[in-house]
Amino acid sequence: MTKNPAAGVLDRDGLSALVEVLIARGRTVIGPTVRDGAIVLAEITSADDLPFGWGTQVEAGRYRLVPRTDGAVFAHTAGPQSWKTFLHPPRERLWSAERAQDGTLSVTGDDSGQPSYAFLGVRPCDLRAITIQDRVLAGGRYPDQGYRERRTGAFLVAAECTEPGATCFCVSMGGGPAADSGFDLALTEVLDGAGHRFLVRSGSEAGQEILADLPHRPADAATRDAARVAVDEARDRMGRAMPPVDLRTLMGESLEADRWDDVAARCLTCGNCTMVCPTCFCTTTEEVTDLTGDHAERWQRWDSCFDVDFSHLHGGPVRASSRSRYRQWLTHKLSTWYEQFGSSGCVGCGRCVTWCPVGIDITEEARALHDERAGRLRHEQRKETEQ
Amino acid sequence: MNDLPVPHLVTGVRRETADTVSITLAPAGAEALEPFAPGQFAMVYAFGVGEIPVSVSRIGRRELVHTVRAVGAVSAALCALRPGARVGLRGPFGTGWELERARGRDVVVVAGGIGLAPLRPLVLAALDTRRAHGRLNLLIGARTREDLPYADQVRAWAHSHGALHCGATVDRPSPGWWGHVGLVTTLLNEARFVPENSTAYVCGPEVMIRATARDLLHRGVRADRIRVSLERNMRCATGHCGHCQLGGVLLCRDGPVIGWDRAASLLDVREL
Repeated sequence: MTKNPAAGVLDRDGLSALVEVLIARGRTVIGPTVRDGAIVLAEITSADDLPFGWGTQVEAGRYRLVPRTDGAVFAHTAGPQSWKTFLHPPRERLWSAERAQDGTLSVTGDDSGQPSYAFLGVRPCDLRAITIQDRVLAGGRYPDQGYRERRTGAFLVAAECTEPGATCFCVSMGGGPAADSGFDLALTEVLDGAGHRFLVRSGSEAGQEILADLPHRPADAATRDAARVAVDEARDRMGRAMPPVDLRTLMGESLEADRWDDVAARCLTCGNCTMVCPTCFCTTTEEVTDLTGDHAERWQRWDSCFDVDFSHLHGGPVRASSRSRYRQWLTHKLSTWYEQFGSSGCVGCGRCVTWCPVGIDITEEARALHDERAGRLRHEQRKETEQ
Repeated sequence: MNDLPVPHLVTGVRRETADTVSITLAPAGAEALEPFAPGQFAMVYAFGVGEIPVSVSRIGRRELVHTVRAVGAVSAALCALRPGARVGLRGPFGTGWELERARGRDVVVVAGGIGLAPLRPLVLAALDTRRAHGRLNLLIGARTREDLPYADQVRAWAHSHGALHCGATVDRPSPGWWGHVGLVTTLLNEARFVPENSTAYVCGPEVMIRATARDLLHRGVRADRIRVSLERNMRCATGHCGHCQLGGVLLCRDGPVIGWDRAASLLDVREL
C-alpha cells in the first residue's frame, strides 16, 4: 500500500468508466447484481448491471431486497455469496489421469489458465475474509497453486460500508466498516445535496494506474468529510455484537457445555452457514471416470463439517451427533482457527445468521456459552467457599 | 511432488492377514518422491477409484512398502492389486516418529494390530542405530494371532534374545499361539526400560493408544516423550481440506505423529 494514497472523486460516469477500463484491460469484472430476489455476485459488463436503488433487510433467518429511493448502489449488506465463489470455486478439477493399454498411468494437472478477475464492491469484512483465506490456502507449506494464481491476478475494488445490516457484527470481531488495506482501489459512496458520488482512494500501484485512466476530480474536503462521517456512523450502527470476551478461550473452555445440546435441537445440520461463510474453506474430492474406464478425473468440491460423512473414518463418523458437528464449526471458526492459521476465522459479516433457515445466531450462541461458563465458575467458587 | 500423483509400479504384493496386504512400490518412470521418514505417510491413488492416506511400512532405497487394510472402496482396490499394476503416490506428508528424540534413552514401541505398520520402519531404524539408544522394546497387541501383521518377522524378533526385547499378546488365543494373552499394556510389566529416561512410540486403535499412553505416563514417562500416531480421513494431505482436524491440530500437517502432551486433552473429548 502506498503511504499517501491518491484520492479523487468519481461520479456515476466515473464508475461506468471504471468497469469499462477494467474490461478493456482484459479483466473479468465481478460485482453485485440483482437476481432471484437477492444481491448476487456475477460477471458484469457495465455499471448498469450494479444494484442501483436496491437495499437489503436482513434478520436471523431472513433476507429481503428492498427498493431505495436514494439510488444508492453499495447500500446493501452481504448477499448469499462471497468472493470465495471465484477465488476458491465450488468445483475444481485437480488432475486428469489416463490408463494406457499396457497399463501405464499418466497424470496431468489442470493448467487451463486462471481468469484475471476484478472484484467490484468488496466489503471491508470480505477484504478481511480474503486475507484469512490467503493464509489458509496460499500461506502454508503447500500453497494451492490455482488459488494463488487467481488471487494474485485479481484486482480488488473495495466499497466501504455505510449501511450495515441487522446481522452485522464486524466491529466486535476487531474489524469495521472502513477499508484500510488489502485493496487496489477503495470507494466510499456519498449521497448528499452535492450529488451521488464516490470518494476513491488507491491502495496499490495498479490501483493508481487505473485511477489515472478514469475521469475524476481531486478529492474535495466536503466529499472527504461526508465519506468519513458515513463510515463512522456505520461503525455505531452494527446490528449485533459478539460478547466482549476472549472467544478463543471461551470456546476452549466450553467443549462440554450443555448449550451444544440446546443448539443441536434447533440446528438442521444443513450446512448453509458453511456455504455462505466467506472463510469456510473445507473441500472433499470425487473420482470421476468416463465410460471407457481408462480416463479418470479428480475433482475437488466444497464440503461442510455439518455433513455426517465429513468425519467418516472406517467404522463410522467421528462426529455422529449434531451437537458435535455444530461444536466443530463454532469452535473452529472462533478458536482453533488461531492454532491452525494464526487468526480468528470469523469476520462478523453476519451471513451465517441471515442464511440459517432456523435463524441460529452465532453471537447469541457465543453469549449463551459465555453465560453458561460464568454460571459454572460462580458455582465452583461457591463450592470452594462452602468447603 | 505434492500436487499430482507420481506413477508407481507395484513390484510386490504380500498378504499379511485376511484383510491386510503389503504392496511394494517403485517409481514407474524417472520421477521419484522425496525420501520418507518413518511415521510419515503418502496419499496412494488407485486409478478411477480414489486416494487415501497410508503410512510407509518399509522404506527402501528405491522402493516403498505400504501396508493396507481393506476397509473401504480405495483400500479394497489397493489390496486387490497384482504385481505390474500402477498406482499414483503423493508425499511424503506429515510428521515422522523422530527417532532422534530417543537418543541416549530407552525406547518403548507399542503397536496395536495394523498399528505395527507405521512403526516397523522405526524399529528397523532403531536396530540400525542401536548404539544411539538405550534398551529397545517392541510390544505388540492384536485381537487374534490371525490379525497380527508381519507374523514371521514378529515371531523371529520375539524369539531372538538380542538387541530387541519383543513381546506379543492377543485378546483371544488360538492353538499354537506362542505369545501372551491379554491387553498390550500388560506387556509393559516385562519391558526393560527406565520410565524417566525413555521415549515411547505408540500406534493402534484410539482406545489402545489412550490406555497405553496413560499407563506409560503413570509409570513415569514424560508426556512429551510419548509419541502417538493418530488417524483421520484426510482428503488433500496439504492442510486445505479441513477433514483431518482434531481440535486445533491439522493431523496431515501437525501430525499424524504428535506428543501425548498435545494429544491427551484432545482424545478426552468425545466426538471432537
